[in-house]
Amino acid sequence: MSEWMNRTEKLIGSLRVQLTGEAHSLSVYRFLVNDIMELNGFHCDGEGCAEEKEEEPPALMLPRSKTETPCSLIATPGADSEAAGGSALREQRVSKSTPVMLRLDSLKKNRPPFPWFGMDIGGTLVKLVYFEPKDITAEEEQEEVESLKSIRRYLTSHTAYGKTGIRDVHLELSDLILWGRKGNLHFIRFPTHELPAFLLMGRDKHFSSLHTTLCATGGGAFKYEDDFRTMANLQLLKLDELDCLIKGVMYIYSVVSSGPPECYYFEHPTDPERCEQKAYNLEDPYPLLLVNIGSGVSILAVYSKDNYKRVTGTSLGGGTFLGLCCLLTGCSTFEEALAMATEGESTCVDKLVRDIYGGDYERFGLPGWAVASSFGNMICKEKRDSVSKEDLARATLVTITNNIGSITRMCALNENIERVVFVGNFLRVNTLSMKLLSYALDYWSKGQLKALFLRHEGYFGAVGALLELPNPS
Amino acid sequence: MALSSGADRGSHSMDKSITLPPDEIFRNLENAKRFAIDIGGSLTKLAYYSTVQHKVAKVRSFDHSAKETEGDPLYEISVQEEITARLHFIKFENAYIETCLDFIKDHLVNTETKVIKATGGGAHKFKDLIEKKLKLKVDKEDEMTCLIKGCNFVLKNIPHEAFVYAKHADSEFRFQNTHPDIFPYLLINIGSGVSIVKVEAEDKFERIGGSSIGGGTFWGLGALLTKTKRFDELLQLASKGQHTNVDMLVKDIYGGAYGSLGLTGDLIASSFGKSATTDKEFSKEDMAKSLLHMISNDIGQLACLYAKLHNLTRVYFGGFFIRGHPVTMHTITYSINFFTKGEVQALFLRHEGYLGAIGAFLKGAEEDNPNQYSWGENYAGSSGLMSVSPELNPVQRARSGTFDMLEMDRLERQLVNLPLLQDPTSYIPDTVDLTEDVLAREYWLYCFEEALDGVVKRAIASQKDQPKAVERAEKFRQKYRHKLQTLRHQPFAYGSLTVRSLLDTREHCLNEFNFPDPYSKIKQKENDMALKYYLKVVKSVEELSWEQRQFTLVKGLLAGNVFDWGAKAVSDVLESDPEFGFEQAKLQLQERPWLVDAYNQWIERLKGPPHKCALFFVDNSGIDIILGVFPFIRELLIRGTEVVLASNSGPALNDVTNSELQILTERIAAMDPVIHTALKEDRLALVQNGSSSPCLDLSRLDKVLATVVRERGTDLVIIEGMGRAIHTNYYAMLSCESLKLAVIKNSWLAERLGGKIFSVVFKYEVPSNIREIKS
Repeated sequence: MSEWMNRTEKLIGSLRVQLTGEAHSLSVYRFLVNDIMELNGFHCDGEGCAEEKEEEPPALMLPRSKTETPCSLIATPGADSEAAGGSALREQRVSKSTPVMLRLDSLKKNRPPFPWFGMDIGGTLVKLVYFEPKDITAEEEQEEVESLKSIRRYLTSHTAYGKTGIRDVHLELSDLILWGRKGNLHFIRFPTHELPAFLLMGRDKHFSSLHTTLCATGGGAFKYEDDFRTMANLQLLKLDELDCLIKGVMYIYSVVSSGPPECYYFEHPTDPERCEQKAYNLEDPYPLLLVNIGSGVSILAVYSKDNYKRVTGTSLGGGTFLGLCCLLTGCSTFEEALAMATEGESTCVDKLVRDIYGGDYERFGLPGWAVASSFGNMICKEKRDSVSKEDLARATLVTITNNIGSITRMCALNENIERVVFVGNFLRVNTLSMKLLSYALDYWSKGQLKALFLRHEGYFGAVGALLELPNPS
Repeated sequence: MALSSGADRGSHSMDKSITLPPDEIFRNLENAKRFAIDIGGSLTKLAYYSTVQHKVAKVRSFDHSAKETEGDPLYEISVQEEITARLHFIKFENAYIETCLDFIKDHLVNTETKVIKATGGGAHKFKDLIEKKLKLKVDKEDEMTCLIKGCNFVLKNIPHEAFVYAKHADSEFRFQNTHPDIFPYLLINIGSGVSIVKVEAEDKFERIGGSSIGGGTFWGLGALLTKTKRFDELLQLASKGQHTNVDMLVKDIYGGAYGSLGLTGDLIASSFGKSATTDKEFSKEDMAKSLLHMISNDIGQLACLYAKLHNLTRVYFGGFFIRGHPVTMHTITYSINFFTKGEVQALFLRHEGYLGAIGAFLKGAEEDNPNQYSWGENYAGSSGLMSVSPELNPVQRARSGTFDMLEMDRLERQLVNLPLLQDPTSYIPDTVDLTEDVLAREYWLYCFEEALDGVVKRAIASQKDQPKAVERAEKFRQKYRHKLQTLRHQPFAYGSLTVRSLLDTREHCLNEFNFPDPYSKIKQKENDMALKYYLKVVKSVEELSWEQRQFTLVKGLLAGNVFDWGAKAVSDVLESDPEFGFEQAKLQLQERPWLVDAYNQWIERLKGPPHKCALFFVDNSGIDIILGVFPFIRELLIRGTEVVLASNSGPALNDVTNSELQILTERIAAMDPVIHTALKEDRLALVQNGSSSPCLDLSRLDKVLATVVRERGTDLVIIEGMGRAIHTNYYAMLSCESLKLAVIKNSWLAERLGGKIFSVVFKYEVPSNIREIKS
């Protein structure tokens, strides 16, 4: 570690020395270093990098202050190239010096051709991240093939695709530097059952003619691999979803510096009056319990960038919430189900401790408000007849959320980890569940556990997949 | 007698009018005291303590000062009334509460009882009704405390209480041996919600967690999804459904397995996940099944997480969600297996439904110190575990609509392990588990059914001048035949089915109809006759050389064991001249080498230093004990070995009982100075084994016996007879030298062991640690 620190300092020093010109924001600077390490750790093809693989991502070690650092973008380790290793830097746009030019060439050579996509094909949703380059030169513009242009225009000029595809505009990361290119990262999702339509579109837009690799993760990358090939003539680079997830989380956290904080928590979760969202500093994240709530739930214990294990999982996840809501209320979308849940009241559906004991069950320290039996009141016909759809939706949400909270808490205890980050699309626009999780973790752990959330909740797998683009293995 | 609450009073609806067969349920109400009741959501469990008056056979020596006349029997047999304590537990549907309370009120004579202990969610609801009907004050007890107390009680007192459920195995149930130490354990009680309780000692337990997703969730959510109202119907639906139509599996997402994580394709990735993405109708059955899986898996997962955190491996499941339902036991078992990778087994309890009632009862009976006694399940009075395969046996299943009973007898003696067991936790008394061995099961069930006529005849003959002997014997026949039929369909009804349990059930049924000792007169006659030849046998042995003498003594022991009324093949010989019979028997014996023959090792051992003390578990009365065992132990005594004779506390077949043996020993002592001196010097002791079974469970023996064994430094255990050395204990590992000997008097068993009828088993074993010291 200390060796790495030295090298980083040297590198930063050399950057300070060499970079001239306009000031640059720390975020780019941070990403720059991050990218170096990314290269070091994952796809160095030369000297002096093998021993670097165990290191932590630098982004997480740098201060997250917004202090502007006086440095321009020309970045090169200079003569001391072993610090970065191999074809290290791709951050050379403004460079004019000869060695940098050489590096630019090598970067250009290694840089994947556009378009840059990362895909996460889950059980319910396909998550797609798309990097839209904003620094296209006139020369490039001319060279750009029509199909590429068409894809770019189609994706960036719409916020909705067909009936079900949606671009989460509020999540868009602009002016991001990736592999030496500046652009915007777009976050798009559509239901997995629309995948055939997506493939047909890919075929119609001659996606395959671009000879690009499509990095995909999630179960669908495996399940639909053949469809990608036969329907759209596309070859997938299949990636492990948990690897991608962790990589994506760390990357996004490291590149977001302005705007709403990426990582946040709810302060005073047990007091509805004072409960409010607060930014959380995740610089030193390990060890970390990462709970991904998609259709189902995976719980990972992350000890470092490359060291994690899947502790357990549960089949009671977002798919269960939506599935049960559809059956119980006749709704058909997550948004509908959530809207109903917001309106409903679960206490008439669930049997509470106080319904059984008249108050707290003191012998065992159970508060009267705690749910004794989810849907327990529904064994009675009169109560079934008087309950509203909204109440049922709310009870379903509370049941699923509390259960995830409970299993998470047990895993945290067993793994001896105090910090829990919840991600996944179940939490999208679902403040109800987030507050519930915050409350449950805080209450039952007597304040020991903290529930953290990330703004780009469901897209980390797709981002992680995108980051694998230069690794055509 | 029919009891109907409807017709007489005209105020109740017809569905509450039921017929209670009073001979069979609420038995011994006249003497009942200390009531307790556990009212759940659908079932009521009533508990009471009662005393049972039944006949016991007593033997009493005639006054020795009176001059003996030729032809007078050796001792006197009398049948006396004895009062023993019994616990009654009855389970019935809540719909019958009122009828049952009326019935109890009408039959309750005892006026001492003032309160009834109550527990369970429904206790509150029925409080007024109980107080009004029974004129007893309802005294509410904490549910969880009762549950734990009940659980400790059954785990301690009922062998084969806990079992592992394996749906696809030959036998669905794998019963667990009672551990000498039952703590610590985890109890997962699945009622409407789930409570997870860690139990560390009799009165030390803690609710360490729980979940709101429990039986109420299955029922409530199931009712909403399927419009099916009843819990049992929901389970029925679930047992017919395909959860894969509703759940999103790993393969639905991945197209196959998620190999790198070891998640197979059939694993559920998202419960009800398909209903979120497909717009089709789902069948009730499929939804019910999916719900069942979801809830069982969730509970199993939480149970594992808690077991891991608290480092516990014994996890028992109970509560109305389980209630012996095969589908729930299967899904819970599957889930525990999956989440712990087989490290933790899900354990279920045969009397799970009674735990609350037992606990409430024990709370009320604390002044009687019920925990200081040992209790035994009465097979005659208990219903046993119902068939749990709804698909296979819908008729049996419907019995949940009637009455289920558990009766436990207070045993006169406190029972403990034999201190000489090598590993008490792994000791299994029975040699063959008939629940698993189908061929053996069929044979023995057939065998016991065949022998039933003879048993009935003998029972009647033993009470020729007693009232209603024929009628009672007929009732015995019906009851035992019914038990055999039940066991044919549900071999697991009382735990693992074994020859021992078949024999014990027969003894319990005989007692039930006041045939406490059908063999008393035969035993008397045989003892009497054999005694006459004792000196002759002893003398003839004394004349032999040492080597010859040892062999003759062993042969005598084996020949004596041929005389067994339990085995049909020998009963004819017995009717003739016993001395002739004894010689005949020796001729019948298999020539050496025997089927199992460690005689040479035994003789080598005898050439060494004498044993300090031999514990001899004796078998039959008559020739066996008098002409076989006594000459043999006489030689041991002469060698300088102390001898402890352990005999049955109560009668079973023609086995010699402790009280009979005391008289016999006195009589032999009067003839034989060796025995006389040994008795006087306390080098020969008689103890009872605490049992009334023709077999022997070395983990449930009289506490006094255990003390004697320990104090005398016992270094040799001799177990004699088919029941004690073959059907049980054949594989028992002891920490000292042991001799197990028997003559196989059943051709089927002999054949199975690779021999013929009258094959001899002479097994002499020395535990490896002792062997090492010696060499």
